[in-house]
Amino acid sequence: MRIPLSWLREYVDVTIPVDELAERLTRSGLEVDSIEHIGGAQAELPWDPTLVLVCNILEVTQHPNADRLVLATVEYAPGSIHTVVTGAPNLYQYKGLGRLSHPLKSVFAREGAVLFDGHVAEKVKVKLKGKPVRGVMSDAMLCSEKELGLSEEHEGILILPDDAPVGMSLVEYIGDTVVDIDVLPNMARTLSLVGMAREIAALTNQPLRLPNPTVATNGIDANTAIKVTIAAPELCPRFTASVVRNVTIKPSPFWMQRRLIMAGMRPINNIVDISNYVMLELGTPNHTFDADCVAESHIVVRNAHADEQLKTLDGRTHTLNPSHLLVCDTIQALSVAGVMGGESSEVSDRTQNVLVEAAVWEPTIIRRMSTAFKLRSEASKRFERGVDPEMLDLAQRRLCQLLHDHADGVVAPGMVDVRTAPARDVTITLTSAEVKRILGLDFTAAQLSDLLTPLGFGCTVNTSDSLAVAVPSYRRDVSHTADLCEEVARMFGYDNLPSTIMADELPTQRTNLALEREHFVRDILSGAGLNEAITYSLTSLTSAANLDPAEAEATNYLRLANPLSSEREYMRRAILPTLLESAAVNLRERGSTRLFEVGRVYHRRDDAILPAEPLRLAVVMAGQRANASWHDASPATVDFFDIKGVVELLCERLQITTIRIAPSDAVYLQPGRAAQLIARTATGEVVIGHFGELHPLARERFAMPAMRVAVAEFALDTLIELANVPRYTSISRYPASSQDLALVAPVTVSAETIAASIRKYAGAALSNIELFDVYTGANLGEGMRSLAYRLTFRSSERTLADDEITKLRAKIIRGVEHETGAKMRA
Amino acid sequence: MSIIDQLATIEQDALAALATISTSEAVSEWKSNYLGKQGAIAKLSRELGTLPSDQRPAAGQRFNAVRGALDEAFTSREATINQAAQQQAFGQDAVDVTLPGRLPVVGRLHPSTRVLRMITDIFADMGFQVWESPEVETDTLNFGLLNIPEDHPARDMWDTFYVETAPGAEKVLLRTHTSPGQIHAMRAHAPNPVRVILPGKCYRYEQVTTRHEMMFHQVEGIAVGQHITFSDLKGTLIGFAERLYGAGTKTRFRPSYFPFTEPSVELDVECFLCKGAGCRICKQSGWLEVSGAGMIHPTVLRNGGYDPDVYSGFAFGMGPERITMLRHGIDDIRWFFSGDERFLQQFV
Ligand SMILES: [Zn+2]
Repeated sequence: MRIPLSWLREYVDVTIPVDELAERLTRSGLEVDSIEHIGGAQAELPWDPTLVLVCNILEVTQHPNADRLVLATVEYAPGSIHTVVTGAPNLYQYKGLGRLSHPLKSVFAREGAVLFDGHVAEKVKVKLKGKPVRGVMSDAMLCSEKELGLSEEHEGILILPDDAPVGMSLVEYIGDTVVDIDVLPNMARTLSLVGMAREIAALTNQPLRLPNPTVATNGIDANTAIKVTIAAPELCPRFTASVVRNVTIKPSPFWMQRRLIMAGMRPINNIVDISNYVMLELGTPNHTFDADCVAESHIVVRNAHADEQLKTLDGRTHTLNPSHLLVCDTIQALSVAGVMGGESSEVSDRTQNVLVEAAVWEPTIIRRMSTAFKLRSEASKRFERGVDPEMLDLAQRRLCQLLHDHADGVVAPGMVDVRTAPARDVTITLTSAEVKRILGLDFTAAQLSDLLTPLGFGCTVNTSDSLAVAVPSYRRDVSHTADLCEEVARMFGYDNLPSTIMADELPTQRTNLALEREHFVRDILSGAGLNEAITYSLTSLTSAANLDPAEAEATNYLRLANPLSSEREYMRRAILPTLLESAAVNLRERGSTRLFEVGRVYHRRDDAILPAEPLRLAVVMAGQRANASWHDASPATVDFFDIKGVVELLCERLQITTIRIAPSDAVYLQPGRAAQLIARTATGEVVIGHFGELHPLARERFAMPAMRVAVAEFALDTLIELANVPRYTSISRYPASSQDLALVAPVTVSAETIAASIRKYAGAALSNIELFDVYTGANLGEGMRSLAYRLTFRSSERTLADDEITKLRAKIIRGVEHETGAKMRA
Repeated sequence: MSIIDQLATIEQDALAALATISTSEAVSEWKSNYLGKQGAIAKLSRELGTLPSDQRPAAGQRFNAVRGALDEAFTSREATINQAAQQQAFGQDAVDVTLPGRLPVVGRLHPSTRVLRMITDIFADMGFQVWESPEVETDTLNFGLLNIPEDHPARDMWDTFYVETAPGAEKVLLRTHTSPGQIHAMRAHAPNPVRVILPGKCYRYEQVTTRHEMMFHQVEGIAVGQHITFSDLKGTLIGFAERLYGAGTKTRFRPSYFPFTEPSVELDVECFLCKGAGCRICKQSGWLEVSGAGMIHPTVLRNGGYDPDVYSGFAFGMGPERITMLRHGIDDIRWFFSGDERFLQQFV
């Protein structure tokens, strides 16, 4: 809401500097967005009060040497005459008329004045310097709106109204300050000059001056001339109508145009401008119909018929249905109620008589229609948030007065007034105890009354700690004690209320173990050299299909009804696709990538309207294992065993023991370099996820270069459930003894099979087993592999004897060979 | 020449020889030449027996003195030589300490994760526990139960992504704020007091720009009990601001509007970049918006299962990405969800 201070001052005295006013408003919930100065010292273009003046153009003559220039004889102070060279086309018509019988008021700028250059698009300041123009000295000018910074208009010079005082500085005449305020949805009462003035009056302890227009009437009473029927009473609490006859359509007065422009509206003609002016002044949107276009002079407010059509002022034709509310005559629809007028009854140059509507509509119907028709206007904005029905009488009087004064209208006596609902009458009992319970501070009833009364609340102090508060009609936002508490806090000052430490009972504190472990997983992975990414939960089936082509046809996704783009249309069912897209960028930019993400995925459920949101962990690694440096110019690149190492580290640090790893046939992984993590639970085995090297085809679909890309995605909530607290094992004080064992077996016998067998036969004496060499050579035979283990034996009770270890070794060799077929390497 | 004179000559020769020695081999050889069992002094001492018995004790003392002196000279010389040798070895082993070190490969947490943890840790100290709730919600939970009925003008404050549902089914959406978690948490705790912090992802139907994301994190906190006041809300938020921005951080509370709180408040802290003087980041106001908050609306309390005439509570919300951007001077929110390691690696 843009508030020109000169306009505001009609209703309240502004007794403090504008910056202070802005701070007060902001601290009371009316956040000042900007302060715009026009013409004054702080303005973007200050008008020098001695050099930019209101002037009188006395005569216009042809420039002796230039067809497109004229010479204007200007009186810029009583008795001071100057000749100005100008090319303003709006002066051509006065050429050669001699001394003008009706001199023109304009703006005169003398040498030294700083103005905007009217000839360039940007705002460029130039200082006026005297120079001859085609042989005539030019050291002053008549200004266009653009040169003064008032608008983009540069077609001609600004013509001021006849009553503009010659010699007055322009800044004194029309200099101003406009305060722009963000009005919150519950502050609809301040969407008007009067509403804002009422708030400022209360905040600065000044009286409010409401306008009190009087208007002479003539002719047939409005109640005789027109009839109003409300066929949808629940949607129209009050409807009023006046009649003004014999209007003249013309531009509205200069001061009204200036106010509308400063408030952000464009002047059109006197009728439209008056309508907008009263809306801005009193917060009551209104509408003027050409009275002669209303059939039978009978206004009917009703719901639309099915498929009824209406062409609105913006030229669009809308097809309506019974959920829409119309203002009609007995034949056709005239306007979408409270939203936009129709073309058929629009006030035009031929209009003689107008019917002025000022009504209040049920806010939700306005919101629904303005949303449906995409017709958000200053009017609908106010109706949606609630208009004061008790302001309509004043609004009608004001409209009639202005139509009389500035459109030469003859105002009919009387006003048609149809109320379908009684005036809102809310009285709330407020107690000191309740205010203390909510705000935490003691107030007496008298203090509360002092805080609330300036805002217009009718306070009756019943006892020292209780009062009855009558809510004024313009405070539709107040209906509970909580609302009054806010008003008390606002007037008292939020910053003046105490700050306290909660004294209330502390709720039982519980540890959120799952969340702590989720944090732990993030710490483990970042400690393992992976960067945490957070990618969009919103994705496309194309992206999902890059991982697994079958996803392109998937139907089990949550799909947005109103996506912003096709790339972000579905809720992801897996993290890897979006994480791989980020990885591809990193490979392109840096040659390597090491990313993990912890986040939710969204699984549609057929038996519930809301999806399951399981927590997932995904990892992507590719490129060099470490950054190349002078220590190691080309570190080895990532492969299957890097991701496996991450999985092992994670399981070890989470102390997960009830899992096993097996080959996987996940389609997005390269066969033979694909594994799955399987958990053993009480009810059987559960696959927690897959890891391995990305299939070359998937890698190409993600536009990654030919390299090994190691990936993993796991059900993190399951993994977290399997985590354990580590158990301490006592550290032996006795020496260890180690033995190397190289075993040869077909490659089809997995390493884990052989290691498990070793552990089984070694028993408790084995404290560590480490695979230190894997060898496949022709000398071993086709399809054979040697696995060399270093076994460490140690007892917690005594030093193991050499012969004990020798016997144990022989037992292990026999047992493993028996169980797996592996033989000692020759 | 007497034995004593010979001894003096040996001492002189030995000390002169030692002064020229610079290797540890030569110094060992010197030791055996003069002080060894077959050394010059030992040999000469065998002639002590030839002296008259009354001269022997004095001569013996003289021998001991010379031995002692040479031994001391030897130890000192040897130390000097060893030290020099070590110095030389160190010189050969020296590195250019300005060469880059061998960096351990360590990853970074996402900046939003870090700031979320900071926020939840601060509130944990005040008794707020983390509570998580779904990201996909019903219209009722995201709006209706929070006192934002359909066709309410306040709905303009939240542009919403809706999820396709069967015709006639309840509207499902991506939560526009973490506030539905208020209802979940209250319903899970009522009528017991509740103090929880609700972090998580939220979504807005909004064109992505340098300042606006369609996805973002929010942290919301609520406290409900029989004695929770607006003053407690102020104390809690000031405590938070002082922990996050330093003790003595100036704050400003100003009225605001949220349908689910009454009274509603916006907390500003003094712009830490310009110290309140006004700069580009704070749009010349000298203040930065940190949190929207208020006393939980009676209707919302009732929807959460509490009698608003007996219970009261407050709620507050804030955006970790915004806090992160201010903290680190990030000028484009789009980096947060890019997964670009050039961005992610900039944070500790
Ligand atoms: Zn600043």
